[in-house]
Amino acid sequence: MQVESAYEFSPSVKNAEKVIAVGTGAALLAYGAVRRSPAGAWIAAASVPFFYRAFVGHWPEPFRALGANGNTKKALSGDRGAHVREAVRLELPIHEVYSFWRRFENLPRFMRHLDSVREDGADRSHWVAAGPLGVAVEWDAELINEVPDKVIAWRSLPGSDVTTAGSVNFDSVRGGRETQVTVSLQYAPPAGKAGAFVATLFGREPSQTIREDLRLLKQILEAGEIAQAGAPATKEWR
Amino acid sequence: MKAVRYYGKEDIRVEHVPDPRLLNPRDAIVKITATAICGSDLHIYGGYIPTMQEGDILGHEFMGEVVEVGRDNRNLKIGDRVVVPFTIACGRCYFCKEQLWSLCDNSNPNAWMAEKISGYSGSGLFGYSHMYGGYPGGQAEYARVPFSDVGPIKVPDSLSDEQVLFLSDIFPTGYMAAENCGIRPGDTVAVWGCGPVGQFAIKSAYLLGAERVIAIDRFPERLALAFSQGKARVLDYTQVDVLDALRDLTGGQGPDACIDAVGLEAHGTTLDAWYDRAKTATYLATDRPHALRQAISACRKGGTVSIPGVYGGWLDKFPLGAAFAKGLTLKMGQTHMHKYLPTLLTRIEAGQIDPSYIITHRVTLDDAPKMYRTFREKTDGCIKVVMRPGDAAHT
Repeated sequence: MQVESAYEFSPSVKNAEKVIAVGTGAALLAYGAVRRSPAGAWIAAASVPFFYRAFVGHWPEPFRALGANGNTKKALSGDRGAHVREAVRLELPIHEVYSFWRRFENLPRFMRHLDSVREDGADRSHWVAAGPLGVAVEWDAELINEVPDKVIAWRSLPGSDVTTAGSVNFDSVRGGRETQVTVSLQYAPPAGKAGAFVATLFGREPSQTIREDLRLLKQILEAGEIAQAGAPATKEWR
Repeated sequence: MKAVRYYGKEDIRVEHVPDPRLLNPRDAIVKITATAICGSDLHIYGGYIPTMQEGDILGHEFMGEVVEVGRDNRNLKIGDRVVVPFTIACGRCYFCKEQLWSLCDNSNPNAWMAEKISGYSGSGLFGYSHMYGGYPGGQAEYARVPFSDVGPIKVPDSLSDEQVLFLSDIFPTGYMAAENCGIRPGDTVAVWGCGPVGQFAIKSAYLLGAERVIAIDRFPERLALAFSQGKARVLDYTQVDVLDALRDLTGGQGPDACIDAVGLEAHGTTLDAWYDRAKTATYLATDRPHALRQAISACRKGGTVSIPGVYGGWLDKFPLGAAFAKGLTLKMGQTHMHKYLPTLLTRIEAGQIDPSYIITHRVTLDDAPKMYRTFREKTDGCIKVVMRPGDAAHT
């Protein structure tokens, strides 16, 4: 299952990278220090990005490869971009859940950052999201993977306001009684209005946003309606 | 319509508010004929429940007549007389299907608040803070009832409002407390707290086959009711050493099951304050879970401690060692109302119990502010207050 792969931990590679970064950083620092010269100071200073890599977990910003705009693979690979993964379980047959999701027009019913999704045929769709101050953020997307009752994946096309990709996996759990939906969404951090949109959407608690969306999906499909008390809580979270 | 609204600690007002309307397809609107003040409403009155907001409508024990029905509700029709369970449940999620109705996944619009504190959220509740959904309560002339196709139970005209009203919370709550004890013939059950839930726990323990019930409290009128109506052996804990008495009364063995119908009050006034304090401090004064500690100490080896009393946070000085040493079973939680309603209505119809015996005060909605105070102070022999909105003078 997709969500479980997130918890498969392979310490060897990550730790090796860290050890090498620490070692390199320490060697540069020590070598620069013993030279006691201006050049030595520069060499010692060169240890900084290695320590940064070792303790922060990724290279500092100026050293990272910048994703080309519009290319989802480059912009979103590795740990670049905002990446959210959340899962929910429903007491429904897998086909029912899959079919609902596959009609992309349904997505804005529970993904509150979306205004509309229109399917244009030929695996293409047009997405409109509500950005800050009511400015619409739009993109065209194409299906890149579709296995009925199993997985749907899409990515934005060049020329869009944002660079984004997403996938949703459907798994049968609890002996076939329940369906687990695992959503993975990525947004590259662009400049301008779309940047503000991504910041608004994923600024403080990105996974909370998607978790609330999946809660709505569950309510729509299981309960047939979205629970509401009439008077909303004053604390803003949507 | 008129409604009882919360404005802060010990500040309850009866005001005119807009009538509720249908918001969802499975909703119904109920015209309330009888509504009660619950002991747990006093936690709100005392300002102890976080995420309450000014103007929130209180009350979660109510019944009435269906006056509007949503299009997806094929169970109720206009004119039906119903009792509404205080927990709100969708009837279709994993928890509802497993009869764990008060843990419904789909009925709390503010589940994220409860998740911050408990990890996962229980069901929404009527009139009991925004953490539990922010649903307007039933101390009013009308209430909107979500998921009304699975919640409200229709009651026959042969039974009066007072006979069935407590199906809304305290009778099922006392009953589940007793059922959680796994009572077998010959068992002795001890009940801490002789408020309304304790009274029904006593009755229910007998209904479920207990040989003897021992009730513990300090208010004379409550002990008297437990004795006269509940047929319990009563102990005034200000007069006797409860542990000694229970040991003596059970031949040195201890009660087979102990019910804590006392509970605790949560502290703090806002979610943030509550959450922060809970995270960083002991959160509860050390002497507050006294009844629970005593129940654990008193219980016989291999017995069950059942907790219908409400607990909110992190307990200090909780004798888990004693519970472990004696191999106790602890059962607790909000009542799975929907599971018990048909059974208990049948028991009332069969004359096995008439829950109206606990009522001490019958008033109108306008009397709410005064009655909250009376109930809290336990003056005037107050055990249970029932308000009849229909009787309120229209102003």
